[in-house]
Amino acid sequence: MAPKLPPQHSLQHSSSAVAGGQSQEGQSHYPHAAQPKGLMRWLLTTNHKEIGSLYLIFSLTMFFVGGIFALVVRAELFQPGLQLVEPEFFNQMTTMHGLIMVFAAVMPAFTGLANWMIPLQIGAPDMALPRLNNFSFWLLPVAFTLLLSTLFMPGGGPNFGWTFYAPLSTTYAPASTTFFILALHMAGISSILGAINIIATILNMRAPGMRMMDMPLFVWTWLITAFLLIAVMPVLAGVITMMLMDINFGTSFFDAAGGGDPVLFQHLFWFFGHPEVYIMILPAFGIVSAIIPTFARKPLFGYASMVYATGAIALLSFLVWAHHMFIVGLPLTAELFFMYSTMLIAVPTGVKVFNWVTTLFRGSISFEPPMLFALAFVVLFTIGGFSGLMLAIAPADFQYHDTYFVVAHFHYVLVPGAIFAIMAGVYYWLPKWTGHYPNERLAQCHFWCSIIGVNLTFFPMHFAGLAGMPRRIPDYALQFADFNLLSSIGAFFFGASQLLFVLVVVLCVRGGQKAPAKAWEGAVDLEWSVPSPAPLHTFETPPVFHRAQSHD
Amino acid sequence: MSGGSYYVPANSRWPILGSLALGAMMAGIGIKLVYNTGAPLLVIGLLCVICVMGFWFRDVIHESMGGLYDAQMDRSFRWGMGWFIFSEVMFFAAFFGALFYVRTFTIPWLGGEGAKGVSALLWPEFVPQWPLLNPPDASVAGPSSVLSPWQLPLVNTLILVTSSITLTVAHEALKLGYRQTCRNWLAGTVLLGICFILIQGVEYYEAYHHYGITLEAGIFGATFFILTGFHGLHVIIGTLILASMLVRIIKGHFTNGHHFGFEASCWYWHFVDVVWVGLFIFVYVF
Repeated sequence: MAPKLPPQHSLQHSSSAVAGGQSQEGQSHYPHAAQPKGLMRWLLTTNHKEIGSLYLIFSLTMFFVGGIFALVVRAELFQPGLQLVEPEFFNQMTTMHGLIMVFAAVMPAFTGLANWMIPLQIGAPDMALPRLNNFSFWLLPVAFTLLLSTLFMPGGGPNFGWTFYAPLSTTYAPASTTFFILALHMAGISSILGAINIIATILNMRAPGMRMMDMPLFVWTWLITAFLLIAVMPVLAGVITMMLMDINFGTSFFDAAGGGDPVLFQHLFWFFGHPEVYIMILPAFGIVSAIIPTFARKPLFGYASMVYATGAIALLSFLVWAHHMFIVGLPLTAELFFMYSTMLIAVPTGVKVFNWVTTLFRGSISFEPPMLFALAFVVLFTIGGFSGLMLAIAPADFQYHDTYFVVAHFHYVLVPGAIFAIMAGVYYWLPKWTGHYPNERLAQCHFWCSIIGVNLTFFPMHFAGLAGMPRRIPDYALQFADFNLLSSIGAFFFGASQLLFVLVVVLCVRGGQKAPAKAWEGAVDLEWSVPSPAPLHTFETPPVFHRAQSHD
Repeated sequence: MSGGSYYVPANSRWPILGSLALGAMMAGIGIKLVYNTGAPLLVIGLLCVICVMGFWFRDVIHESMGGLYDAQMDRSFRWGMGWFIFSEVMFFAAFFGALFYVRTFTIPWLGGEGAKGVSALLWPEFVPQWPLLNPPDASVAGPSSVLSPWQLPLVNTLILVTSSITLTVAHEALKLGYRQTCRNWLAGTVLLGICFILIQGVEYYEAYHHYGITLEAGIFGATFFILTGFHGLHVIIGTLILASMLVRIIKGHFTNGHHFGFEASCWYWHFVDVVWVGLFIFVYVF
């Protein structure tokens, strides 16, 4: 069928196809007239690198917003008694801190890294669906503006914890909860569309010759993460829709008076929530699995076992959700099932940790900033994993539940886990993004401040929790005062040291020691074959993938 | 695998306009629900969302007909649509899961069954049964009776299953190059979709006015309306999609070898059909 009206861009496209070749000239294949400058360039972009940068900048901004909320909490808990904020506001701060960090800081950071690096690591010209990619990003600022605006609404913002258990979040919730639900819907749409894009890219856009088992582990872990996102974000959408109905339309999903069940909320929420925590950690595994071999100058000890372990963790993540609910009144069979299935996750996770350690064994290790963060990840994430194992034991969890021990556990896996891995990834790939190495001294300083801050903040929480201090309460008994004092000092120190991170990134964008295409001696993946900084358009003609680059 | 001619679109204003429109719509819904005002924002947001979708799809159609999409692009669309439908499956799974959980655990426990039946102490008079006509608390009025599955729901089942068949005939006709035949069978499918929506409307009217099945009628009404409601919404969207495919068939957009837009619509319609079969079995019959 003859096309009635060939669109404008067809000419641009054919010219770029003819010119082919990936190099710095890449940019010139696209007419500059069609490339808006200034603000519009960022608003309308379809380029995976620009969208990746947008995600990362948004995430960093939200990291500070969520961080300030956390510091409000820590300031109030600096000493016993109520001094700075009202309990109602304290509740809003704990809730918003959790929501922002999970949905607006950690998840978009990984999506940003995926946008930047997946096409570069598999030799693709861009993401599979570039316009959809931009839509996924721009939903986020809109969604979180709506979410943050609830703080200024009558009755205040969400105050029921990031897990928003019914009936706290339905019957007893502030009026703004409806806006919270709608904002979360938009963030969810963003995640689902982003994940669809990533899956399509990985399955369909690999360079000729690259088999699935040749893919870098960051790509593998993101493939599995994207599957988890598509599987569970709709369940979150479902459960918040039921909340919306209970609040506004008189249904009784989570109200026993009408035959519903508040426990049903918890089952649905954690069916989403548990895979969600793996969504926040699997890409981190991928980053660390790229960095450790690079700086140990050895191939990863077991590539295939890492892939299978990631898959196993993802599948098990669907079978363990009720370990968050051991004290809610589950039947004994359920307690046992979820206890054992949870402990089973330690097996593939152990495979990973041993993999990293054996990769280091007899390696020629050097300690550049990405490696420091990756090594800290391995040690501190493992501490978080062990406290998770303690929490998995149902009878013990009856003691730990809702104490600061739980807070310590999940902050160990999320802060020196997910966030350290993100920072490791940023330091690792900054030379590729900007063409400059990050300032070594400042980055080292950032690392040591961060690691001291993190441990000072979260390690005492284990003891406070084991001694019985409940979470989400603005006041506490006198015997917890010392632990909380230390935690609060650590939190402010950690928060302040993140300003160093901003400084390093800004300095690196503006200048610094020039980086070659292969910025790190031991790096092997495809992204190191393009110039640093990576030109706007790379791999317009797919590279030929050589088995030598393969991981096995 | 990449063949070197993958089409990377130039900058587009639709993504950001789309997210702003959706944001306006969401804010409008929130203001409407919470403060009972702000309907104009909702309507404007919705209209903008629809416009943006129209313009965005227009661009895609132009690019496709301009021959910019190679076989690899086609595969991207296939993966994209396939995984989108999987996400829809999981969305409905949440509601089916809620239904099964309530029927298997909550209702018997409220009636005092098992070790967790202590909640029966709250409402000792409660008689566990499904469909739940008498919710535990007197403040919630249950339905007076439930709809028979063998009347309108059965008719609707036959309509929707038939529509899947007529759509498959249309698709096969398109693959063989019989555009006229395809157009006729597709028109029939759209008509069946409209019939389904109308009958569902009648059923909702009867549920509300003759059976006392309302959103407020305890967990039965809640699960009934969330499942059939979201399904009905999907039928409406599916019918609109098929109607626009009809327009595109008439305009001659599709060839026997190149018609993924049509095929994706078929996938979506069959998915909606399968969900209905699940609904018919678990919401109406058992």
